[in-house]
Amino acid sequence: MKDRFNLYRFASPATFYPLAGTLIPWFVALSVVFGLAGLWLGMLVAPTDFQQGEGYRIIFIHVPASWMSMFIYLIMAGWAAIGLAFNTRLSGMMAQALAPTGALMAFLSLWTGALWGKPMWGAWWVWDARLTSELILLFLYIGYMALTAAIDDAKRADKAGGLLLLVGVVNIPIIYFSVKWWNTLHQGSSVNLTKSSMAETMLWGMLLMAMCFWMYSIAIALMRVRTIMLERERHTDWVKAELLGKAGEGK
Amino acid sequence: MFKIISAVIGRDLKLAMRRQADIVSALFFFVIVVSLFPLGIGPEPDLLRKLAPGVLWVAALLATMLSLPRLFADDHRDGTLEQLALAPHPLGLVVTGKVIAHWLVSGLPLALIAPVLGIQFDLSADALVVLTFAILLGTPALSGIGAIGAALTLGLRGGGILLSLLVLPLYIPVLIFGAGAVDATVAGLGGEGHLSLLAALTFASLGFAPWASAAALKIALE
Repeated sequence: MKDRFNLYRFASPATFYPLAGTLIPWFVALSVVFGLAGLWLGMLVAPTDFQQGEGYRIIFIHVPASWMSMFIYLIMAGWAAIGLAFNTRLSGMMAQALAPTGALMAFLSLWTGALWGKPMWGAWWVWDARLTSELILLFLYIGYMALTAAIDDAKRADKAGGLLLLVGVVNIPIIYFSVKWWNTLHQGSSVNLTKSSMAETMLWGMLLMAMCFWMYSIAIALMRVRTIMLERERHTDWVKAELLGKAGEGK
Repeated sequence: MFKIISAVIGRDLKLAMRRQADIVSALFFFVIVVSLFPLGIGPEPDLLRKLAPGVLWVAALLATMLSLPRLFADDHRDGTLEQLALAPHPLGLVVTGKVIAHWLVSGLPLALIAPVLGIQFDLSADALVVLTFAILLGTPALSGIGAIGAALTLGLRGGGILLSLLVLPLYIPVLIFGAGAVDATVAGLGGEGHLSLLAALTFASLGFAPWASAAALKIALE
């Protein structure tokens, strides 16, 4: 029984660090493959929209970025819950590694949304329920990063940040619905891209791009978590061995 | 249970009464911020009537937030907080008492002075009643949610700015329903729906926020 594969083994930074190192190239490669396929399908194959012309093609960035911005927050909150419940070191590191990517996705979603909104609605920004709640999501990411950056003690930073994430996740539905009830004026214009009105190639292009964004996020989070590990565990033997090994290769 | 809550409320109120300048300055901050808006946007009554609910609520949010860092900071500095955490009573109940006391010295005065400021914005009598009621109903939620932020940023550098970054996004539902109640009354739709949601937010946050704050305080005291 002692050879049984044990997932918990990777809860330790010393074992997770090399695992992340071997996984990163795979996720990068997958991201590139999905990205190229998605862009080819989206930019070259998918037909021009009869209503929005070529401008609609921003959907291939906009929708995956919006999805990721929401998923990443949920995943961070999941890590936070695990970290607070089981007091694991890796969970807090993962949550911190994901935060900048999540904020980037939220920003990208708002930015591409503004670029899309200008030709379609005639405005860079409207105070629509979706736009406003995405903006608040960006604020929550920034709040989390500011809080963890302000706390020097890594353990306290993880726990305090985790608690904030959990409070935020309770609030997200409340914020979303309050914003929706507050101003439903423009709601129709942002969700009329239902699947039925979408050509199949468009849908596939979007899904491929979403996979590309997934793989990118995983790869970049793993890279970041490796750096965080090295920084936090710098007093341990395995980091010293790792860094010495690197220096030896470099010579 | 009620004994410990009332004991904490009594203690915090006594402390607040010995430093009345703090309460008054937060109140005057509220008055000044609200009075700045007519100066900035011009004195047209129609425009002011339209803006009043939002302006009053945003000012109430900011005024509540200004007094939040002191919620735990003083007790943390002189070690009282650690003694409270070591007490046999659940820390959540202690925090509940502190939140209620904070509301009594920060939220309640805002609600009492809000009608006077509403008159400056030419609000009708109906709207004034709803505005006062909405601020009465909504400010406990502000104190409750704010307590989480205050506990999370306890003893950190740049705590005040950080606190606003954490807490203001979470205040948005209260702002929307609070201002929405007055807006709906002005528009003749009746603000009951918004007021009910506001009450729901207040009860939910008074029920849950003290326990989240207690968890945050334990992290800070480790």
